[in-house]
Amino acid sequence: MRIGIPRESRPGETLVAATAKTASQLAALGYDVVVEQGAGVAADQPDTAYTDAGVRVGPADDVWSSDVVVKVNAPTDDEIARLRPGATVIALLAPARSPELVERLSAAGVTALAMDAVPRISRAQSMDVLSSMANVAGYRAVIEAAHEFGRLFTGQVTAAGKVPPARVFVVGAGVAGLAAIGAAGSLGAIVRAFDVRPEVAEQVESMGAEFVTVEMEQEVSSDGYAKEMTAEQEAATAAMYDEEARAADIVITTALIPGRPAPQLVRAETVAAMRPGSVIVDMAAANGGNVAATVKDERIVTDNGVTVLGYTDLAGRLAAQTSQLYGTNIVNLLKLLTPEKDGQLTLDMDDVVQRGITVSRDGSTMWPPPPVQVSAAPAAAAPAARPEPVEKKPVDPRRKLFAAALAAVLFALAAAYSPPSFLGHFTVFALAIFVGYYVISNVAHALHTPLMSETNAISGIILVGGILQVGSDNLAVTILALVAVLVASINIFGGFLVTARMLQMFRKD
Amino acid sequence: MSDFLTSERLPGLIQAAYIVAAILFIAALAGLSKHETARRGNTFGMAGMALALGATLVLAARNSQYGDQRPLAVTLVLIVVAMAIGAVIGARRARTVEMTGMPELVAMLHSFVGIAAVLVGFNSYLEANHGDGHLEGSLGTIHDVEVFLGVFIGAVTFTGSIVAYLKLSAKMTSKPLTLPGRHLLNLGILVTSALLLAWFVPVEGDLGLVPLIAMTALALLLGFHLVAAIGGGDMPVVVSMLNSYSGWAAAAAGFMLSNDLLIIVGSLVGSSGAILSYIMCKAMNRSFVSVIAGGFGSDGAVSGEDRDYGEHREIQADEVAELLAHASSVVITPGYGMAVAQAQYPVAEMTKKLRDKGVEVRFGIHPVAGRLPGHMNVLLAEAKVPYDIVLEMDEVNDDFPDTDVVLVIGANDTVNPAALEEPGSPIAGMPVLEVWNAKDVVVFKRSMATGYAGVQNPLFFKDNTQMLFGDAKDKVNEIVAALG
Repeated sequence: MRIGIPRESRPGETLVAATAKTASQLAALGYDVVVEQGAGVAADQPDTAYTDAGVRVGPADDVWSSDVVVKVNAPTDDEIARLRPGATVIALLAPARSPELVERLSAAGVTALAMDAVPRISRAQSMDVLSSMANVAGYRAVIEAAHEFGRLFTGQVTAAGKVPPARVFVVGAGVAGLAAIGAAGSLGAIVRAFDVRPEVAEQVESMGAEFVTVEMEQEVSSDGYAKEMTAEQEAATAAMYDEEARAADIVITTALIPGRPAPQLVRAETVAAMRPGSVIVDMAAANGGNVAATVKDERIVTDNGVTVLGYTDLAGRLAAQTSQLYGTNIVNLLKLLTPEKDGQLTLDMDDVVQRGITVSRDGSTMWPPPPVQVSAAPAAAAPAARPEPVEKKPVDPRRKLFAAALAAVLFALAAAYSPPSFLGHFTVFALAIFVGYYVISNVAHALHTPLMSETNAISGIILVGGILQVGSDNLAVTILALVAVLVASINIFGGFLVTARMLQMFRKD
Repeated sequence: MSDFLTSERLPGLIQAAYIVAAILFIAALAGLSKHETARRGNTFGMAGMALALGATLVLAARNSQYGDQRPLAVTLVLIVVAMAIGAVIGARRARTVEMTGMPELVAMLHSFVGIAAVLVGFNSYLEANHGDGHLEGSLGTIHDVEVFLGVFIGAVTFTGSIVAYLKLSAKMTSKPLTLPGRHLLNLGILVTSALLLAWFVPVEGDLGLVPLIAMTALALLLGFHLVAAIGGGDMPVVVSMLNSYSGWAAAAAGFMLSNDLLIIVGSLVGSSGAILSYIMCKAMNRSFVSVIAGGFGSDGAVSGEDRDYGEHREIQADEVAELLAHASSVVITPGYGMAVAQAQYPVAEMTKKLRDKGVEVRFGIHPVAGRLPGHMNVLLAEAKVPYDIVLEMDEVNDDFPDTDVVLVIGANDTVNPAALEEPGSPIAGMPVLEVWNAKDVVVFKRSMATGYAGVQNPLFFKDNTQMLFGDAKDKVNEIVAALG
């Protein structure tokens, strides 16, 4: 089958659905790949790069008449008309927000796969475009903010005075938010972050930011995405947003709810109260924005000198990287769709990933797919499924107590009837056991063998017993003792020397 | 001379020497917990042993001044001759042993401690019965029990170690011996021994030898059966368990001879061996008791024997060389097969060549790879692989997804995905090296036969796995040649 990679028609689009590297990976799956002339120029992928990688570069007609057309943006009406009936188109379709597009695609009799509808299950992570793009976009959001921000991110004490570190507040700790936290943190800023899902606090802290909490009940997400909050919760968080945003130099908002407009989190009054020179990057601008002042695709400066960036092409501003990641996601999807690696695309509607991304199939609408329960959080409905294995917990503490009491009584009895000389030895015995236990407990794994041969050599101390018995006047005892001395010496000398030999070999570069 | 030996100050001096020796032994074990201090630890151990033996010789000489004992000179000559013979044999074995033969040697040495404990126990009984050391009342009872226990543990250690040695050197089949009712058999021996003890304690005179000898025979049988019932795959645990037993035997000897040094050292070794076995059992996700009871892999159906896993792919040595040369990170996971093929030197040479080319090479060692704890580390150290690139399973497992090539050299069960994916598998739940997450996996193997646990390995049939058949040493040498 032929895969066509067209040039994106959206004005200003820099991405391409396959780089030279991923196109040749597609070819390796058995497909005949053709890339439209100039498709990758904006992503640093000139036509020669494709031809050098053994991929054909052809005219647009060749591309659009392919069996499979792989794009970045959703196809326009004109483009849908150019598709062959029965062809497959793969792109970012946003099916939940664009029902007309879904209708037109099924009317055209094509199979449409939405890359942005990949379910968030572990197995599908390698094709999760939203994650890979959000990652790049989060990084870029910080870079854009740093570009607008009139001061340094990192705090310094210089001869010309102290430079305070920038305070960055990140709203939403999804992939984009976490990437932004990481980028801002490594530039030296103090980063605080908030997310309505309390379970991500750990991830936020792992990136070096402080997780802001709100005094209220929070829900654990069961589908891997954040949900819209109740009115009551909203009131509590609004106050927190206001407070955090006023204190911050940079605010980066990433809050999105799938299939719905983005929630407005930062109100106009809050923006008006921020310090002049502050920067807001609204990564949800495409869906209406989290900030009142946001204008999609625009850079706004408010009356009080706050810059609000509503860029929606943050990922596209790193065209080469994003195209490479998107292309790799496409390759991973096609690996799944081409189990035989024979260049034949097959769709399996029983597979949740494949079913989940299928928007239309041969003229019939397949959207929306049945919901998928994912592993992003422990399902809120099933608190019974505890991670610890069942067998570990039973042992009744009373039984342990009873056993300990019994042992104590027996020991006391035995001690009471034992001669003192025995007890003296027993004290030594008990203490030595614990010394041995603690001395060995943290041994390096690599040293197990030398340690064992060392202890083996030491246990040859039994030789002492033999030596003391050799002097006996009983001939049998003397002979047996001599044999014991002999074998124990083999043990001692062999053990120590072999340990020394082994240790000699351990070295470091 | 005899003034010195009969001096009243001497016992105190000897005791002081024993205390210092015991401290040196503790320092030796503590030192061996870390690479940096390991050699110093061994030196401490030797010093402690020299001090203890010196003091004991003086003590033996002092004893010869009292009671109806043989002349001092004869005794000393006998001791020195016996020790010299033992030293020569031991030193020669230590110098000539192949590093791959280390497990066998250690197992063999354990058996010596076991037999020495048996002999010392018998002697102690004979002395107490005949000599002037006869003990009355509860002291006599306690001494009898100590002798009985010491001989019992020593005998179990002796035959157990011999079986372990035979299994490790492949002179005996490594399959677990599973007699019907084997647990009952073990239990029966224990109960019978306890009954013999009840007979043995009150008996006076030579008649006591009858239950003692009978028990010794039973204990020898028990040692044989215990270890024979454990599969070769569990040998690392067994060897360290026997190590522990040999310690307890020495401690028991210390009790019967009222010698604190023996008690301290014996219990040090005993408890350290036990904790080592426990650490290893945890690494294999096995219960300590079930390993000791034996019969690994014999209960529960062997999963997927007839399952169709698909086709495996073959690769040639020069292709592997190419793969390696273009990789940026390589992880090598060796197993017992590397030891068998003596492939550690070529592997080290390959590692050096790759590192010189700028390829990041690391080793991932499963806690139970090989037949002795830390077996692989010893072999790699012998071949001069720097130990800071030799990592533990947990350190390397998360890195496999970012690894270009994994070379599995002679490992099988430790890289078996069935442990994680098939709940019915005999190795289910055992942590394994997740090599299949790497981009490419090359498995060095003689044939498609199964590993120790007798479980088929689905790794060999994965899409990113390729098999390189043949002797590991030859194949690695070919790769080294192809790397140029």
